Amino acid sequence: MSFIRKNLTRFLLLLPSYSWLLFAVLIPLLIMLVFSFLSDTPLGSRDVYATLKNYQTYFSLGFYWVLTSKSILTAVYTTFICLLIAYPMAYAIARRLPGRWKAALFMLVIVPLWSNTLVRLYSWAIVLRDGGVLEYALKSIGLPIQNLSILYSYPAVIIGLVHGYLPYMVLTIYVVLDRLDDSLLEAAASLGANPWQRFLRVTVPLSLPGVIAGVIMTFIPVMGSFIEPRLLGGKEGTMIGTVIEDQFVQLFNWPLGAAIAFLLLLMVLVMLTAMGLFVRRLNRTSIGGTE
Amino acid sequence: MKLRLRLLPYFYVFMVMFFLYAPLVIMILMGLNRSPLYTLPIKLDLVWYRDLFHNQRLLSAGLNSILLGIAVAVTATVLGTLAAWVLARHKFRGKSLLQTLLIPPIAIPWLIIAVALLLLFFWIKVPRGLFAMYLGHVGVALPYVILLLSARFQGTDPALEEAARSLGASPLVTFLRITFPLILPGIIGALLFTFTISFDNFVISHFLAPPGVSTLPVEIYSAIRKGFTPEINAISSIIFLFSATLILISSRRIEFV
Repeated sequence: MSFIRKNLTRFLLLLPSYSWLLFAVLIPLLIMLVFSFLSDTPLGSRDVYATLKNYQTYFSLGFYWVLTSKSILTAVYTTFICLLIAYPMAYAIARRLPGRWKAALFMLVIVPLWSNTLVRLYSWAIVLRDGGVLEYALKSIGLPIQNLSILYSYPAVIIGLVHGYLPYMVLTIYVVLDRLDDSLLEAAASLGANPWQRFLRVTVPLSLPGVIAGVIMTFIPVMGSFIEPRLLGGKEGTMIGTVIEDQFVQLFNWPLGAAIAFLLLLMVLVMLTAMGLFVRRLNRTSIGGTE
Repeated sequence: MKLRLRLLPYFYVFMVMFFLYAPLVIMILMGLNRSPLYTLPIKLDLVWYRDLFHNQRLLSAGLNSILLGIAVAVTATVLGTLAAWVLARHKFRGKSLLQTLLIPPIAIPWLIIAVALLLLFFWIKVPRGLFAMYLGHVGVALPYVILLLSARFQGTDPALEEAARSLGASPLVTFLRITFPLILPGIIGALLFTFTISFDNFVISHFLAPPGVSTLPVEIYSAIRKGFTPEINAISSIIFLFSATLILISSRRIEFV
């Protein structure tokens, strides 16, 4: 009796959260899959039937392939640049600067992370636009610039994306570097490793979990980004994310939008699974495998 | 030479912080500039902030954002706390599946979740608007609450609850008198955190906003696409400072690391 009651209580406590998650996240994704097979947006009195047309459109027109690979490349560039900037940053905060500064610097990294995306992008538009602050600053130090024309270009999109995802990368790497056991480095030193060897053979391998977490947290959202390309890239910023947005907001071809969004979802899931397997293998080798 | 090498990390951290904050600072300063064309150098004036208070669209969008944020924060925190308690305190079959289910809403790009929600609501005839946004925002906020509070529950000693129970307290009294005070900092943190998730959310609101109803991020998006006005600087500055304050307060409650 009390066994049943206990289980019932647990069930009732879990029910609201999980039914909400089911209703607001998982079921919509299924509905999206269903829509991707429709011949037309079911508005008005149109005849709608099931078809593979939308997927055929995606795979037969080079256009969508080009934009998908552009999104993937953008994610690669953004992730790589973030990693390049973030690793030294995290290393400096965790291991080089005075410990009493850590908390404050940590907060300074977090604040832009949670500031509004649109506010951030708007601030970049103000800086990068023709006649904007950057142009003014470059002119005033004597550079002969007429029109900078950075806003509405591909580099502007990359700048906006790096600005948005850099804090994630810094945080995830900082966390592992901060917890790094100093005695391992001392042991390496006492065995004769020089600072570079200690860094490359002890610090870097042990920080890999943080790096991977940062890569996942950057790569996947960038694949699905559309605000940065739209607002900072203009025409140069057309990507798979902006195409999806267009299908829903401008063109009202919902089934095609659903098909593209579903393919994007598949790519994301494949990547998540691959990364998950990689992390699991990494954990196994770092615990069990001593060379 | 040696001194310069030692200063290098300081210089580097400063440069990265400059990259992170310079555009935001410039945006705030430009909102205080009298010139409507962003002419430099800056002449300080609060004219754009004054205009803001006469802009009915922005004011009602702001009110929508705040009310929506409060509703989302309360709902997600209450429901998420209950689930977190079960997940943190009990072992049962299917628990790891339930924990895995928290990952997709966090990991899947919001664009995909947003268009999927648009389609679902179209299908079951939930009209676009604040209620639809509320349903979506709570959905993406819940996993964060559950993860945050599970950690908090695990950080408190279950022996305290057991002691209260063995002294004759009912489960409800135990929760209210023992558990709740222990996790209160986590709950306040989760409230502020989920408020920020909703308040800053653009993607889901964008797809679920019908003409005439909007939140602040949606208003800013359409304003930017129309062109630049210092009024957007002003409202953006307010939003940035507001969010920053909330995060600074909540970070004292949540142990991020």
